[in-house]
Amino acid sequence: MISAHRLTKRFGGFTAVDAIDVEVRRGEAFGFLGPNGAGKSSTMRMIGCVSPPTDGSLRILGLDPAKDGPAIRARLGVVPQRDTLDEELTVRENLLVYGRYFGLSRAHVRAKADELLEFAQLTERANSVVEPLSGGMKRRLTIARSLVNDPELLLLDEPTTGLDPQARHVLWDRLFRLKRSGVTLVLTTHYMDEAEQLCDRLVVMDGGRIVAEGSPRELIALHSTREVLELRFAADDHAPYATKLTGLAQRVEVLPDRLLLYTDDGDATAAAVARRGLEPLSVLARRSTLEDVFLHLTGRTLVD
Amino acid sequence: MAGRAFSFWLTNYRRVWRGTLISGFLGPLFFLVAMGFGLGALVDDGVGGGLGGVDYVRFIAPGILAAQAMQTAVGESTFPVMGALKWQRQYHAMLAAPLGIADIVLGHVAFVAMRVAITSAAFAVVAAVLGAITSWWVLLAVPAAILTGLAFTTPVFAFAARQHDDSGFNVLFRFIVMPMFLFSGTFFPVEQLPGVLEAIARVTPLWHGVELCRGLVMGTATAAGSLGHVAYLTLWAAGGLWLAFASFRKRLVT
Amino acid sequence: MSAVGTIARALPVPAGAGLARTLVERNARAFRHGWVTLVSGLFEPLFYLFSLGVGLGALIGDIDAGGGRTVEYAAYVAPAMMAAAAMNGAVFDSTFNLFFKLKYAKLYDSVLATPLGPRDVAVGEITWALLRGLLYSTTFLAVAAAAGVVHSWWAVLALPAASLIGLAFAAVGMTVTTYLRSWQDFDYIQLALLPMFLFSATFYPLSTYDESVRWLVQATPLYHGVAMMRDLMLGDVSWGILAHVAYLSVMGVLGLLFAARRIERLLLR
Repeated sequence: MISAHRLTKRFGGFTAVDAIDVEVRRGEAFGFLGPNGAGKSSTMRMIGCVSPPTDGSLRILGLDPAKDGPAIRARLGVVPQRDTLDEELTVRENLLVYGRYFGLSRAHVRAKADELLEFAQLTERANSVVEPLSGGMKRRLTIARSLVNDPELLLLDEPTTGLDPQARHVLWDRLFRLKRSGVTLVLTTHYMDEAEQLCDRLVVMDGGRIVAEGSPRELIALHSTREVLELRFAADDHAPYATKLTGLAQRVEVLPDRLLLYTDDGDATAAAVARRGLEPLSVLARRSTLEDVFLHLTGRTLVD
Repeated sequence: MAGRAFSFWLTNYRRVWRGTLISGFLGPLFFLVAMGFGLGALVDDGVGGGLGGVDYVRFIAPGILAAQAMQTAVGESTFPVMGALKWQRQYHAMLAAPLGIADIVLGHVAFVAMRVAITSAAFAVVAAVLGAITSWWVLLAVPAAILTGLAFTTPVFAFAARQHDDSGFNVLFRFIVMPMFLFSGTFFPVEQLPGVLEAIARVTPLWHGVELCRGLVMGTATAAGSLGHVAYLTLWAAGGLWLAFASFRKRLVT
Repeated sequence: MSAVGTIARALPVPAGAGLARTLVERNARAFRHGWVTLVSGLFEPLFYLFSLGVGLGALIGDIDAGGGRTVEYAAYVAPAMMAAAAMNGAVFDSTFNLFFKLKYAKLYDSVLATPLGPRDVAVGEITWALLRGLLYSTTFLAVAAAAGVVHSWWAVLALPAASLIGLAFAAVGMTVTTYLRSWQDFDYIQLALLPMFLFSATFYPLSTYDESVRWLVQATPLYHGVAMMRDLMLGDVSWGILAHVAYLSVMGVLGLLFAARRIERLLLR
């Protein structure tokens, strides 16, 4: 579906995307994981054919975006990072007008709009203007809008950023349904739970480069341990405790507010910590996540 | 306390005053030159007979003085008020400051009056330099223009505080301000209008402002007439202020 | 459409999908919600016409419209009001409205994710501005004719003439808009428009000016719009009118090319 080779985007002297190689296959859900400024959105804009690559090659649906932008975009659905709904129109009109931009017939978009309103659970709000809708509703409308042309490939840039947990789960449910119906999903996110929930395969980006690639499980297996033990101490600086913990875990990360001990058995490690006479304020043993993978790969947390 | 609100707007103005030069000062000047001198040549020499011996440019200079006071006042009382209520929410910050509703309104109204004073004075000076105004009574015409501005400022404050989007302003500009500008005696005596329209023109505050300014600079004013215009304009300003207090209280204190 | 596509690719014209009409459709829908604004735009030129034509006209009487013709002042000023209204409407649409859509509503960010390209955006927005202008000029012409200030059947051509004025100003306005940074910059547009409105032989003949400044007046686009309109509505048509048409056409085509280029630069980064 997407084939990028040494794909590069520069803005003046700043390199936003630095020679990345990406291969996305039909029917899969593919994720770009990384912090803000990693180059995810620039990559998405190039794939969406609204930002010409500075260097490298890019083919989407077997076509060249430089020559066949309109033809490619006709088969894409795009959910931008910020909702760009048309606030001068009603909810239904947003879908109707957007469908017309694809050259679809009026009768077709009318039927399609009803179907999508149902899908986005917005049927009751069909004739409301956009402005008073909640963040979750607007996001669902943006996703519904991106589906008006029955896209083969759906690009989602930070689909759930800024939504409350319940709204996120509703959205994830909708995206699962799309995937089941055969739509290829490409999404960016800086939430590791989202990436784990939704993506079959993902790349981790940092500073415009791809630093790792694989399924969430593969990445965790390769770059982290099975479990993580989180310790909080009654101190402003956690670094001195790290030295007292040597030998208890495969790796220790010091964060401003806590220590992370990478281990295959969190409970056993917790017991070992207690035996050394240390008394943390709180102890939490949990599974490794992509956050840990990212921390290991870049030395930074995703959301900071 | 109202002084604090005033000085806030003044500080704000120091950053954007250049842009207001164009709308506030050059605009009226362009109108004076184009209408007064260009069109004036047609009026004065016209077969229609003109204004019976009075130079057209001297006729419209005080008219434009009053009309620009109205336009500056309305311009400063619409979007800035809505912005301070809705977008930048400066009024809310002032309420938390703590200023009362009256301080907030009076402070802002005083700032608008100052803006009207500056543009009116600047226009009067230029009109005098160009020979369109020759009487020293212009020194009283400038305060008259400020009063005209106030007669619009306070009712428009009251109106603006009741608007939730700018579509009402469109109607205000196009159906109230623009027709007043064109028909309330600025460019020709209202006697030229058909009877009903003339009657309507005579109740508009702008007509009273225009007549007051014109009477002063052309030396045709009578004490009774002038005081009548002043009283009428003051009534609008005071009534508007009362309404503005009510509107602001309703919008800000809920 | 593919033939058009091939030609478009060969020329130095920004990409589009030939779907500009769908953007016109979008604007028409949006305006159903804001029809008060749309209708209110009808009145401004009419107010001017009656204020100047009727109120002032009585003081002025008949005037020399050039070429030895003497007409009442209302008939003299009506074509100028129609030309100025076409200019103002087009500039308002292509600057104020466009700036809002570009910078605040981010409308085109979503539009360009569809097959539509920057050329479609430019063509679509200008087409809309022209259609809206046509509504205004038709109304104005009908009222002017009813008021008896239209003197010739040539005046029917005043409608396409108004559209030509609209095109020229909308295209240039659009280009200028792509350079604006904040709302305060709109004061500078006002600074260009108001003197043009007042001094382009709109309210009084070119001969009022001293010989030395006439060329300056004649260089402004509104002068050509007004002169063209006046020839048509007073029925004083000669080959000379083609010079006005040519001036405005060149301005429109160049403006359109630049506008689409600039929009491409701005949106397809």
